[in-house]
Amino acid sequence: MKHLLHLAWRSAWNRRLTLGLTLAAIALSVTLLLGVDRLRHEAHRGFSLSVSGTDLVVGARTSPVQLMLYAVFRIGEATANISWESAQQIVANPLVAWAVPISLGDSHHGFPVMGTSAAYFDHFRYGDSQSLVIQSGNPFRDTFDVVLGAEVATGLGYRVGDSIVLSHGMGEAGLPEHRDKPFTVKGILKPTGTPVDRTLHISLEGMSAIHLDWVGGAPMPGFSIPGQYVQKVDLTPMEVTAVLVGLKSRAAVFRVQRQINESPVEPLLAVMPGVALEQLWQVVGVAERAMLAVSAMVVVVGLSGLVAVILAGLNERRRELAILRAVGARPRDIFLLMTAESLLVTLGGVLLGILLLLVASLLLAPHIQSAYGIPLRTILVSPEELKLLTALMAIGLLAGLVPGYRAYRISLTDGLMPRI
Amino acid sequence: MSLAIDIRALRFRYPGAAGDCLDIEAFQAEAGERVFLHGPSGSGKSTLLGLVGGVLQAQQGSLELLGHDLSRLRPAVRDKLRADHIGFIFQQFNLIPYLSVMDNILLPCRFSLRRQRRASEDEGTSLREQALRLLSHLQLDGIEQVSVTRLSVGQQQRVAAARALIGKPEIVIADEPTSALDADRQTAFLDLLLQECDAANATLLFVSHDRRLARQFHREISLPSINRALVEHSGR
Repeated sequence: MKHLLHLAWRSAWNRRLTLGLTLAAIALSVTLLLGVDRLRHEAHRGFSLSVSGTDLVVGARTSPVQLMLYAVFRIGEATANISWESAQQIVANPLVAWAVPISLGDSHHGFPVMGTSAAYFDHFRYGDSQSLVIQSGNPFRDTFDVVLGAEVATGLGYRVGDSIVLSHGMGEAGLPEHRDKPFTVKGILKPTGTPVDRTLHISLEGMSAIHLDWVGGAPMPGFSIPGQYVQKVDLTPMEVTAVLVGLKSRAAVFRVQRQINESPVEPLLAVMPGVALEQLWQVVGVAERAMLAVSAMVVVVGLSGLVAVILAGLNERRRELAILRAVGARPRDIFLLMTAESLLVTLGGVLLGILLLLVASLLLAPHIQSAYGIPLRTILVSPEELKLLTALMAIGLLAGLVPGYRAYRISLTDGLMPRI
Repeated sequence: MSLAIDIRALRFRYPGAAGDCLDIEAFQAEAGERVFLHGPSGSGKSTLLGLVGGVLQAQQGSLELLGHDLSRLRPAVRDKLRADHIGFIFQQFNLIPYLSVMDNILLPCRFSLRRQRRASEDEGTSLREQALRLLSHLQLDGIEQVSVTRLSVGQQQRVAAARALIGKPEIVIADEPTSALDADRQTAFLDLLLQECDAANATLLFVSHDRRLARQFHREISLPSINRALVEHSGR
C-alpha cells in the first residue's frame, strides 16, 4: 500500500503541470464553496449578535425585516418616522421597563449618525448580553457631544476632543454639511463587532439642533440659528426613527406588541428582533441556497476536470501499466494507484483551497467588516466546514473511481502487452 | 532435473475469436535451461508469454509453473506467482519514466516480499547493494540515480535486465530484448544476460525472430512447429 502511494506520488509529480492546473481549479472551487458558506454563517452570527436584551423594536409601519435592517443594522433608510408622542406613550406603558428612542438619517463620511438618549448606553446589549463600554472619554452630556463607535474612531483617526462636522443624509460624499454646528468627540466605545462600531452617537437634542434652521433637507435660506443660541430653543424632538423597548417581563411581549400595533395615535409596528431575523433568513435563504448550489456545482466542475485529465492521460500510460503488471502488480493495485492519484490531487486542492480562503479572509476581513458589517473570523476550518470538506473528499474519491476502474479494465485486457 | 515450465495440451482462445490462438501439445523448460523460442509475428508469442505470466488463462490443458498449475489458480494468486518467480524483459520501453534507475530496478521487490528477501539475504547485503552489484555486472556503474529517460536504448535494456534478475526469480522471460539494439550491442547484451542468468541459475525463455542469436542456447524451438492452432487459423 505504501509503495503504491509512493508510485502514485511520483507519477503525479511527473505530470505536475496538468495535474497542478487541475489542483488549482479544485482549490479555487473549494475556496469559493467554503467562502460562500462561511460568509453565510458569519452574516447569521453577526446579525444575531448585534442585538440582545431588546424585547421589541418599534417604528413606523413597514415590514418587520426592513424595520430591523434600518433600526438595528443601519442598512438602508427609514421610510417614515414615528411621532414623539408615540414614543412617550411607549415609555409610559406600565409593562415597559425601559424605552430608548433613536433617530437616524444623518451621516459622517459614510458612517451613520444616531441620535439617542443617554439611557442607550445603559440598556443596549449585544452578543451574549454584553453592555457597551466606553474605552476612552465619557458618554455625551452636552448638545454637541458625540460618542464614536470603535471603527469610526480608528477608521477616521479621531480622538477624544476632536471636532467633527456631520453631513445631512446618508451616503459617502456630496452631502450638505452641518458646518455651522460642529460636534466634539466626547467618548469612544470599545469594539463590539456589531453595527455599533460604525455608528456616531449624539443626543436627540443635538439631532434636533442641527436641523433647527433646515427645511426639506437643506439649510433655510437667509435664516440660521448659531450654535450658542440653540439652548434657548426647545430641543425636544418632533419625531424619532424607532424605539428600542425592554420589558419588565418577557411574558408580556405579545401583549405589548399588540398594544403598540393597535396604537390610536398613528400606525406603528413593534417587532421582536429574533422573529424578524428569522424572517430575514427566510427571505435571503433562497439566495443563500442558490449561491451554495452554484459553488457546489463549481466544485463538481473542478472534479470533472480532474477525472477528464486523468482519463485523457491514461492511454499514454498503458505501457506504464503493463510494466507494473509485469513486475507483479495486480489489476487491483492498478485500480488503487489511479484512485490514489485522484485522491492525492483532490486532497491537495482542498488543502490549498483552505489556505487560499485563510489568506483571502485575512486580507478582506477589514473591508467586509466595514462595508457589510459582517465580522469575519479568521479561522482555518470550523467543525461544520470539516463536514463539508469530508463530503467533498468523498465525492473526490467517487470521482477517482472512474479512472481507477478504467485503468483496471485496461490492465486486464492489455496484460503484459499494451495494444496500441 | 525439475521443470520450470510444463505445458500440456494447452488451448487458448481470445474471447469472441473464431478459433484457437494457441494449441500446444507439450512444451517443457527445465530449471536453469536456456530456451530460444522463435517465430514470426502472429505465431502466438505474446499470447504464450501472457499465459506463462499468468495474465491470461487457458480454456483447456495445464500450464505448470514450478509445480503450480496456473489454470487452477485465482488471478490474484497467478499475479503473486508472476511477481515472485518471473522476471520480464520486453523489446523496448521497459522502464517507468518517472522513476530513477534504482527505483526501476527495485520495482519487483516492491510487489514481491519473496524477491525482496532473496535480494537482501544474499551475503547479508542490502537491497540497494544488490541492485548496485547487478548494475556493476551489467557494466552500468554510477547511473543508479540518473533519470531513465536520459539513458541510451542499450542502457535501458540492461537496466531492464537488472530489474528482471533482482531477487533471483527462477524464470526470466525476454521478449525480443535485443531487437532495438545494433549488432555489436546485441551480442554484448546477450552475453551479460546469459552470464547473470547462469549466476542465478534461472531458466531463460528467450523469444526472438533473429535466429543468429540461437547458438548460445541449450535448445531452439520454433513456435509455429509446436502451435497446432496455426494450421487451422492464422491467429495472433
